[in-house]
Amino acid sequence: MTVSVDQGGGQPAEAAVPLVRLVGLTKTFGQLVACDHVSLDVKPGEVHALLGENGAGKSTLMRCLFGLAKPDDGWAEIAGKRVAISSPGDAIRAGLGMVTQEFSLVGPMTVTENVLLARSNWGPLDVAGGRQAVVAAAQRLGVEVDPDARVEDLSVGERQRVEILKALVGDCRLLILDEPTAVLTPQDSAALFTAVRRLVAQGMGVLLISHKLREVLDIANRISVLRHGRLTATVDLATEQVEPADLARLMVGAEALASPEFVEATGLDVIHPHQDGLFLKTEVDTGAHPVPVLAVKDLRVDGEARPLLQIDHLEVGSGEIVGVAGVSGNGQAELGAVLCAIKAPDAGTISLGGKDVTALGPAGRFEAGLGRILEDRKASIAPTLSVEHTLVLEDIEAFKRGPFLNRHRIRRHAHKAIERYAIKASPTDPVGTLSGGNMQKVLLARALSRRPRAIVASQPTRGLDVGACEFVHDQLKACAAGGAGVLLISEDLDEILLLADTIVVLYEGRIAATLARDDADMATLGLLMAGAQPEAATASAASAAPAAGAPSAAGEKEVPA
Amino acid sequence: MTQTLAVLTMMLTVATPLVFAGLGEVITERSGVLNLGIEGTMYLGAFVGFLASGALHSAWWGILVAMLAGAAAGALMGLLTVTVGVNQHVAGIGTTLLLVAACNFVSRLKSSGGASEQVPKLSKLFGSTAVIGQYPLTYLALFVVAPVIWWVLRSTGMGLKLRAVGESPEAADAAGVSVPLTRYLALTVGGAFMGLGGAFLTVAMLGSFSLDIVSGRGWVCIALVIFGRWKVWPTVGGALLFGFAEGLEKQLAITTTFASVPNELWLALPYIVVVAALIIWGRGVRYPGAYLKAYKRA
Repeated sequence: MTVSVDQGGGQPAEAAVPLVRLVGLTKTFGQLVACDHVSLDVKPGEVHALLGENGAGKSTLMRCLFGLAKPDDGWAEIAGKRVAISSPGDAIRAGLGMVTQEFSLVGPMTVTENVLLARSNWGPLDVAGGRQAVVAAAQRLGVEVDPDARVEDLSVGERQRVEILKALVGDCRLLILDEPTAVLTPQDSAALFTAVRRLVAQGMGVLLISHKLREVLDIANRISVLRHGRLTATVDLATEQVEPADLARLMVGAEALASPEFVEATGLDVIHPHQDGLFLKTEVDTGAHPVPVLAVKDLRVDGEARPLLQIDHLEVGSGEIVGVAGVSGNGQAELGAVLCAIKAPDAGTISLGGKDVTALGPAGRFEAGLGRILEDRKASIAPTLSVEHTLVLEDIEAFKRGPFLNRHRIRRHAHKAIERYAIKASPTDPVGTLSGGNMQKVLLARALSRRPRAIVASQPTRGLDVGACEFVHDQLKACAAGGAGVLLISEDLDEILLLADTIVVLYEGRIAATLARDDADMATLGLLMAGAQPEAATASAASAAPAAGAPSAAGEKEVPA
Repeated sequence: MTQTLAVLTMMLTVATPLVFAGLGEVITERSGVLNLGIEGTMYLGAFVGFLASGALHSAWWGILVAMLAGAAAGALMGLLTVTVGVNQHVAGIGTTLLLVAACNFVSRLKSSGGASEQVPKLSKLFGSTAVIGQYPLTYLALFVVAPVIWWVLRSTGMGLKLRAVGESPEAADAAGVSVPLTRYLALTVGGAFMGLGGAFLTVAMLGSFSLDIVSGRGWVCIALVIFGRWKVWPTVGGALLFGFAEGLEKQLAITTTFASVPNELWLALPYIVVVAALIIWGRGVRYPGAYLKAYKRA
């Protein structure tokens, strides 16, 4: 393969004038250089993908371009002219539109009002005109949207469409999409890309920010790779051949080693900094009648209209990793909260190693062998508490001498955990100052140092870079290998397909299907997550996406009553 | 019959300053800023309006100066909460304490304990005809200011921007709406109406100034806005309810049947009614999304 290393100069002369061109953009936060002299451009009628790991500087770059952050150096050119963009208003007037990971919509307002917000002056509102503009833009995009629906009543996919409509109504010529598929089902993602292709065909430029290699290769005309704030390459897919593995190497660095398993599942290369031997061995239950380490029966969490969660039966055996897949908001958060003693269920029982723990709080469940990684990492820590105190917070009794804390033991424990889990911090650092990856390692160390027999991990790698993800995955695999049962709740299908032995799909709070790993693939899971019947999902996945590796035989799904 | 008419007449008069100041508070709170400086701002409006109408020999000029003073007090709140990003509770209570103390200070300097002087005072329209015999400001409040604010909030770009800033400053910012500018604007315009409400007490109702002139009406407005769920007409309704309770109190206090009820209890009645209304209808309300939150772009 050939990869041209683009240093920002020398664009091909025959190309059209770029819609936007960034020249030498630099942004630093204290010591950290988030963007280091980045130059790139987007031409009309193309999708230019900006690829990079979390923390590579992609979002910072876009925030600078859109006037949400002030660059330290460098500038932007719109249609060949150098412009100063110091606020989102300037960016919108210059013909830019951005759809961020967190939508910039006002929930209690209607679609039309949200669209008018960026368009209106101070005078009377033209609501009828706004409504027409929404409908016209929806037609351009090829979707249907109710202009009078309140945004807070819409689904995530619909809200994203509203964001794009907002940009379109604003006469945007360059659309910036920041990790647009992170919150979508595979089907919604496909619909989004269809819409993007329509827009590009109409002459718009799209700048797509992503860390998903597959989707980038699927839709982009050109790909720029960002690593540690630097542009490592720009690849034109029309003239150059590129393999996913090559891009992955550019993303994470030349030292990246291939893990066959990981490459197979994700097409992504990863660093393996942590080999075996770091994890803690747990005793394997070799009893004659193996009892599931975690079992749930008739569990129910009530919502306003219907139950948010209703699980008749779910078991995790010793040494097993059970993955819970589903689109956000289909009961995963409730399942995690109920199992981790954050929330009491309205009905049903939870047992750990055969013992009913439904009525027990966190401490009692820890005693019974639970290890937990909570979904909301930021809510699992007290930011100003030191690393060493965070590590012992849940077992404070074990680190006391009389009524006082045993500072020496706490410090020793912290040093051990920091070494074993490769946490980049000192014991006295406030835990809130750590990066997401290191914070998660602290929480992982805290959960696993108790040698739990059942581990409930909710979104354990959300927002982590590839290296930290890999570390978390290794630890979870090691725990399972050591005899613990792991319930992995994740919205990242790649992660579930990579780790899980058994996959459970949640839809509207119920288990839509239980699949063995070998029977599951992206297409089937995607359809199940969107609410398709298991048989229909298998059949249509087999016909619609033969390339995705559909299961060889239909009807092999186990459907719980 | 005459008693009923007297209660209604009183209701409209008493409600007028609450309509002005309460709607001023609606404007600021819809932008996401709780202005607890309202009590002090009304006090300032009452005092400055009184001084200015005396000095300029015109009640209307006094009212205008009081509105400007109220706008300045709103700008002070903006400086504290928007620019500096101070906690809104602290900034608001601090502003009230500062303004009340400053007015008292100047008042004592000017009239060292002597009897309060009289200044030019607005006269009622339609003479002293029951109910419709009101100060022009009452008509202004109910038939001009309230509908206009309602329309601006609902049907103009300015209102849309204001509401967006109060619900989601991040979204408003991303849409190119300046959050600081919008909040300053809301605070100064809202402050002007609070000043107007205060001036009504001196320039229209009493024609004189006393140290207990506002007597918690600003705090009543804070309750009315929650009671009115940040909407114009329910807030006006709340003001009328307070006015009705005060009118009723004045009438009942002079009837022989209730002569034995202590006067202090009668004075407390309107406030008790507001608290009761808040307890009954003000629970489980949905606050503006960015209520109490300072906004700083990352």
